[in-house]
Amino acid sequence: MPTKVAIVGVGHTTFRATSPGLSYKELMFEAATRAYADAGLDPRGEIDSFLTCSEDLAEGTSIFDEYVPDQIGGAERPVYTVGGDTIQGMATAYMQIASGIVGVVAVEAHSKASNLETPGALHAFALDPVFVRPLGFNAHALAGLEASMYLSSSGNSREQCAHVAAKNRRNALANPSAAHAAAVNPEDVLASPPAFEPLSDLDVSAPADGALVIVLATEERAKKLKRQPVWVRGIGWATVGGLTAADGASAAYARSAAEMAYRMAGIRDPRREIDFAEVDDTYSFKELQHLEALGLFGRGRAGPATAEGATARDGDLPVNVSGGSLGVGQLFEASGGQRVIEAVAQLRGEAGPRQLKKTKTGLAQSWRGVPTGTGAVVVLSRE
Amino acid sequence: MRRVAVVGAGLTRFMRRAQESGTELSWLAASQALASCGLGLKDVDSVAIGSAPDAFDGVHMKGEYLTPGAGGWGRPVTRPYAGGGTGVLMPIHAWHHVASGLFDVCLVVAEEKMSTCHPHPQGAFVTIFDNFLERPLEPNLIWIFALEMQRYMQTYGITKEEIALVSVKNKRNALDHPSAQVAEEITVKDVMESEVMVSPVNRLDVSPVSDGAAAIVIAAEDVARRLTDKPVWLDGVGWNLDTAYWTNRDLAFPAYVERAARMAYKMAGITEPRKQINIVEPYDPFSYKELHHLEGLLLADKGGAPKLTADGVTQRNGDMPVCPSGGLLGVGNPIAAAGLMKVAEIFWQLRGEAGRRQVPGQPKVGLAQAWGDLMQVGTVVVMRVD
Amino acid sequence: MSDSTDRSPPGTPLSDEAIQQGKVLTLEWPSSLRYAWDTGVAIGRFLAELKNGRIIGRTCHKCERVLVPPRMFCERCFRPTDGWRFVQDSGAVNTFSISHLRWDASRIEDPILVAVIEIDGASSGGFLHYLGEVKPEEIGIGMRVKAVWKPPEERTGSIRDILYFRPS
Repeated sequence: MPTKVAIVGVGHTTFRATSPGLSYKELMFEAATRAYADAGLDPRGEIDSFLTCSEDLAEGTSIFDEYVPDQIGGAERPVYTVGGDTIQGMATAYMQIASGIVGVVAVEAHSKASNLETPGALHAFALDPVFVRPLGFNAHALAGLEASMYLSSSGNSREQCAHVAAKNRRNALANPSAAHAAAVNPEDVLASPPAFEPLSDLDVSAPADGALVIVLATEERAKKLKRQPVWVRGIGWATVGGLTAADGASAAYARSAAEMAYRMAGIRDPRREIDFAEVDDTYSFKELQHLEALGLFGRGRAGPATAEGATARDGDLPVNVSGGSLGVGQLFEASGGQRVIEAVAQLRGEAGPRQLKKTKTGLAQSWRGVPTGTGAVVVLSRE
Repeated sequence: MRRVAVVGAGLTRFMRRAQESGTELSWLAASQALASCGLGLKDVDSVAIGSAPDAFDGVHMKGEYLTPGAGGWGRPVTRPYAGGGTGVLMPIHAWHHVASGLFDVCLVVAEEKMSTCHPHPQGAFVTIFDNFLERPLEPNLIWIFALEMQRYMQTYGITKEEIALVSVKNKRNALDHPSAQVAEEITVKDVMESEVMVSPVNRLDVSPVSDGAAAIVIAAEDVARRLTDKPVWLDGVGWNLDTAYWTNRDLAFPAYVERAARMAYKMAGITEPRKQINIVEPYDPFSYKELHHLEGLLLADKGGAPKLTADGVTQRNGDMPVCPSGGLLGVGNPIAAAGLMKVAEIFWQLRGEAGRRQVPGQPKVGLAQAWGDLMQVGTVVVMRVD
Repeated sequence: MSDSTDRSPPGTPLSDEAIQQGKVLTLEWPSSLRYAWDTGVAIGRFLAELKNGRIIGRTCHKCERVLVPPRMFCERCFRPTDGWRFVQDSGAVNTFSISHLRWDASRIEDPILVAVIEIDGASSGGFLHYLGEVKPEEIGIGMRVKAVWKPPEERTGSIRDILYFRPS
């Protein structure tokens, strides 16, 4: 039996295109304050370990973990950074708790993308310095290559991708914490200026700023706190190559991560047992690709299902009701965390205008972006 | 708590400049570690990759770039990071993997390729300083060590000559380490006469810039016992990060090392560290740091580590051998790999496999410690053989 | 199990000459990463006050500390700090050093004198800065110092609006 670990508190700032009045430290402090108030915990005495999810070059500071402890209550405490996304950070927290060494762990992630003047240069720095970087490709172009490969091998269409972009940007209209909500239709997406074949501007998520903190605890500690716990039923993560993974662009990392998470959660028929999903949609086609890799739709089926409304808010399997990255904004390593926060809100019945009726079990999935083949999956439930 | 052991280790040479890429260095160490315990990649459930700033290798999300060489393709991979503390954070992070019950085997790979950064890797360190209040002062990394060394010396009345004994010891110990980059026989006089870089730090007080990789294999108890009759148990783990406001702290004592050590000692059931720890590999990027850290580890009284050194207690044949490997001062400092090298050293020493470096007396309990960030991070593991 | 010393560890060392004389293929990539960081409330005010020739901190009433550099949160108590407090532009040397190296490791003739200054009025320590108008051998821990500022019209709202601290 996997160890029972729960999310006992979440907190976040609003997600906005810029955050000029506040430094990253001040954003983190706000998110941490909200999370600990939500959990009813004093970080100075009641939280055993702290993890932050960040990459130096996104921040513009080397050894960025130097600057994290104070504003999240972790000064003079066990703290380290995971160079990965929020769900990978949560996986680390899960392992710490399951090992028995700690009882309560806080996981933080943020984005100050607005402070990066050269996003293209940052993406270029992630590319293999010998084989790929000298070609001068933009990261979005690599996503375009993958999109072409995916669409041609899965049979999904470019128009169905536009449905994803429109759906998610519209969904964000009901999310007060979203940077790029818009009342757009698939036709608007198709007509938006071309970005990289076959993608258009509106198929590509734009960055946003914000911070979030998620607090996890043992069953024993969770039961003593005021909020109803949201259980981590399963968690998984994997790296399975990037663009050259030769898997027909099927997001094998997502399949692998899901297998691990489903196995832990005892899920045999994900489509039946999962009520809603928040999946990575950094580019519109990724939502379709990920839904299929997660086993929620068969190969080539996610596109038609989306066009038919199956993944709409009132559909059979609502996907990215929060707005996803397309609607909320791409938040660096906090993107996965944003999905978890939505899932928690849904499971607690606190999603307001976005509240779904059927919420017993939800799924949040992340991808670390071009050029990685790395992602994580977490299955959360109310009981 | 599930018992977890180190069962294999691998190490490349440490070099100022390697021909191998970072991925190749990772592969060399990782494949060696697996071969050393008769495992193949198929036996590895999970991978942890450690490397210090991306600014050195010149690759963003460096962990992703190194993954294929570190055996991570097709597996759950994470990259824990605590600056210079990373090398000893790695086994702690891997310990969580196995102690949690989620995995039976975790391959841990630490790599650094500082030579990629031109014109000199030291220049990349300016980006570790506060972007608003410190970077405009154009600091050199060595400044913070010099400031700390000065405070430590003045607080306890320690002389440079006393500190220089650490460089002498470690660079001599390193003559017996096949991976060593800067092993040599030197004297206190050599240290005192070497050029002043940032006073009171002289050139021979400092470890070099390096390329290199190290790897260890961590396994659950039942797997460990099948693989080897001498598993080295990770019985205590501890980690601690102090406030970023280092200019508000007294640098004379590394409180974060003490807190990390206490956490590890409590878990390992160590109540009298000086008596119960047989062999120590503290982080020694600078000569005085070995002393500073011994005090933080409660293995010497505050201000008392220099006397242990002068009395020969910390020699290989002394009562408490310290840095029998030759440390960073002698073997080299490819940041994350350097810390993991120390863990590998304790592994080999406790199994009696350290060859010419072997300390006598069949040590049973060893400790490895790393340090990092702005005089901030302590990471400690206590290792034991049955 | 093998003796760790009975094998030659892998790895191929390269010399400087191998690179300079093109004996190995090399690739260069200049860093073009640029950032414009939001200073936020605390540092924004701190820098603005430096332009005015003043040093400002934040107070926490719970632990009764005056925090320099200022921050909007007290890391000890984990609560918002309460108010602003001007502190002195004088203090004492907590520790110091004499650097013969520039930030990029190149050697310099005239050493840079650096110190952590304990600012008068702050509860503990202060910040990193230069020392000036003093000979290296005259510097000592505990030495009293005072800030020397740039003329007002030259200040930009930077830590460099203080030129250095000199013995007082």
